[in-house]
Amino acid sequence: MTTKETSTAVQSAPSVTDYLKSHVRDYGMLIALVVIMGMFQFLTDGILMRPVNLTNLFLQNSYIIIMAIGMLLVIVAGHIDLSVGSVAGFIGALAAVMAVNYNLPTIVVVPVCLLVGLIIGGLQGYWIAYWKIPAFIVTLAGMLVFRGLTLTLLEGQSIGPFPESFQLLSTGFIPDVFGSGRPNITALVLGVIAASAIVFLAARSRARALKYGIQDEPFAFFIVKNALIAIAIIYLSYMLSTYRGLPNVLITMAVLIAIYTFITNSTTIGRRIYALGGNVKAAKLSGINTERLTFLTFANMGMLAALAGLIFAARLNTATPKAGFAFELDVIAAVFIGGASMTGGVGKVIGAVIGAFIMGVMNNGMSILGIGIDWQQVIKGLVLLAAVIFDVYNKQKAR
Amino acid sequence: MENIILEMRSITKTFPGVKALDSVNLKVRSGEIHALVGENGAGKSTLMKVLSGVYPHGSYDGDILFNNETVAFSGIRDSEAKGIIIIHQELALVSLLSIAENLFLGNENVEGGVINWPKTFSRTQDLLAKVGLKESPSTLVGQLGVGKQQLVEIAKALAKDVKLLILDEPTAALQENDSAKLLDLLLELKAQGISSILITHKLNEISRVADSITVIRDGASVSTLDCHAQNISEEDIIRDMVGRDMAHRYPARDSQLGETLMEVSGWNVWHADALDRQMLHDIEFTVRAGEVVGIAGLMGSGRTELAMSLFGQSYGKNVQGEVRLRGEIVDLSTVPKAIKSGLAYVTEDRKELGLILEETIQTNTTLANLPRVSSFGVIDENIERQVSEDYRQALNIRTPSVFQKVMNLSGGNQQKVVLSKWLYSQPDVLILDEPTRGIDVGAKFEIYSIINQLADDGKGVVMISSEMPELLGMCDRIYVMNEGRLVGELDKADASQEKIMSMIVKA
Repeated sequence: MTTKETSTAVQSAPSVTDYLKSHVRDYGMLIALVVIMGMFQFLTDGILMRPVNLTNLFLQNSYIIIMAIGMLLVIVAGHIDLSVGSVAGFIGALAAVMAVNYNLPTIVVVPVCLLVGLIIGGLQGYWIAYWKIPAFIVTLAGMLVFRGLTLTLLEGQSIGPFPESFQLLSTGFIPDVFGSGRPNITALVLGVIAASAIVFLAARSRARALKYGIQDEPFAFFIVKNALIAIAIIYLSYMLSTYRGLPNVLITMAVLIAIYTFITNSTTIGRRIYALGGNVKAAKLSGINTERLTFLTFANMGMLAALAGLIFAARLNTATPKAGFAFELDVIAAVFIGGASMTGGVGKVIGAVIGAFIMGVMNNGMSILGIGIDWQQVIKGLVLLAAVIFDVYNKQKAR
Repeated sequence: MENIILEMRSITKTFPGVKALDSVNLKVRSGEIHALVGENGAGKSTLMKVLSGVYPHGSYDGDILFNNETVAFSGIRDSEAKGIIIIHQELALVSLLSIAENLFLGNENVEGGVINWPKTFSRTQDLLAKVGLKESPSTLVGQLGVGKQQLVEIAKALAKDVKLLILDEPTAALQENDSAKLLDLLLELKAQGISSILITHKLNEISRVADSITVIRDGASVSTLDCHAQNISEEDIIRDMVGRDMAHRYPARDSQLGETLMEVSGWNVWHADALDRQMLHDIEFTVRAGEVVGIAGLMGSGRTELAMSLFGQSYGKNVQGEVRLRGEIVDLSTVPKAIKSGLAYVTEDRKELGLILEETIQTNTTLANLPRVSSFGVIDENIERQVSEDYRQALNIRTPSVFQKVMNLSGGNQQKVVLSKWLYSQPDVLILDEPTRGIDVGAKFEIYSIINQLADDGKGVVMISSEMPELLGMCDRIYVMNEGRLVGELDKADASQEKIMSMIVKA
């Protein structure tokens, strides 16, 4: 009967073009990022991809990317968090007061700040999850409250500089254990290890899937994709190795991306957040504790916002009352450029990261070209709109 | 010569990869009620979207002749201008606007850009009188029941000077008496010369009002039957619809009743918002292993409230009473606890409450029992896929792969996904709330077979349904519910529609 025919059809691999067509949403933004990078590389006469600038690119965007990861979870769960910029600023101020005014060691300051961020996120999440107060309202209130508290804490002034150990959070580099530091052999080695690990994991999961008779990705596509990823990572680490090596913050980011990709893709908690965002009533009736999950996504967001605040403060080497101002907009834009759905239930960590990089590369590239901040805003706005239109268009075509 | 108001000639419509319609023909005579039947996914809605211009001219092949002239609609506005008006299953009313405002939405009585309210209200009163709705024009639509909203939709069509009215499953959500009223209204409109196309799954409605029938199957018109020229039995229609003979609408089962699985006693529940309103009164019932127990009753009798309150107190406040499963008192105060105790609840509204539409079949299948495919909180997607694939084959879910998003499935297949989910939670007792609503005949039969299989496996099944024949055909025992109380209990042997109705009426 028909069932048998279709079930055998499933097992054979789709062709590369069919596969690409059905995954245009997944790869569209990655391709866009590559195109944008290529464009600026050309327009800036190669300045964009210079090791110095690449290093800067990571340092400049690390805090946006870290918050975008948390924001992705919040948006997938069907909410929004407008307070992240203010929270990041507040935590930076708190860190400055602790480290500079009270001379507390970094080893104390960092965990306390992360904990405070977690509590702030949890407090907001409590009202949203258990009292069903719209996230927009709660976090709008949070945005005002923590902006105000930042001013109070700093008494309207900047506090700095931070002790050296604290600055390492952002401006530090992984020391070269193998060589003289130029080129930085450690960076190269780590790059090769990361690339091999990714390829190894991909191959293993493909082999396991094949054992179950499942073949979704055409083999040629699999090879090309992983080869490109490996080459990109190794090339990047080579470029960075010719400057000062791998920034600490890059490692932090990579680890966070890996952890949260794993959580969203492979754990029950991740799966349940997607279910909750997709249909909260159905999720609840399937035995999912939707309130607790909502609470946790906001607590997590608070913690990541705190981490971003620390890194930003460390990078500027001062805590200023304006720190974190309007960050929430960049973060939210990054998540939506990365393909998340406004109504929840759809979005990927790696998408949000790519979205943040698109914004970051554009900021950086346009600054190198000397485009004024006025036009930068206009262009970024249009890119956000275009990305979402592209997404909606693809969705409609798929119907 | 007969007077043909609408003729659709060899309409072919393809979507990427799918041929939804394959040279379909449809001929509607002037002043008749023409029934359009077919399984879900057969292409009825697509055909009507072609007719009403949702799929504009040029996106399909074939011709549409309306009043003997070829028409080419580029949108709904064009077709409405000609008097072709479609009333969708999901009503297109704004619940926070009044009846009068809704009737003339997009078609306002304006003078120089300003709405003439007196005229609007008086015209509304005329139209409401025509459809037999006794409501003030200023009543908010949201305050009306579904049956009355349906009438408002028809009045709205009349306001636009309708020539051909298309109703997509208008009675799917209606009570029996509301359905009857609606069908009477169609006959009345017919007397006034308005033709209609009626899409429905309810064959008794067809034999009541239809003058002719077109059956569509797999995107092709299979047959057109004239109800006056020949004597058409329901079995004839069903055979055309599913393409096979269906001797029995309900699969047979030898009931093997075991021990008592579930015992509910002294179950009292109050309204979630109005705490002084008691919604359920002293409900007591039992379910045995291998038994299918029906709960009959009108909509609003408290059936869904009963099911939801049992299932983790998802409905109501101040829930009191005792539930025993396999003789032991269980705590059902939250959904996870209810699932753990061995209870499953297949909701009435699968799109709103049962499924994550944006997600795949695979994801939906394991949602209620994720720990079973994971270790230490990490999901093994290969096992998960195997599981969902097994259910896809066991329940015959028609889809190319389990990676299909459930929003792309037809109603019957969606319902099978919901059933997969709850079967995978390994319950002892399943409560099925309207398990065949909005599902075509062929898929219904499959759902019935699944229910029988569950009973044969020794599970207890509680089946809530508004369709009495379905309960009579499927259940070993039927409880009758009315206004929050169980008012009677009937064994299969002596249950009949009349007895159920009289228990409801006399209670």
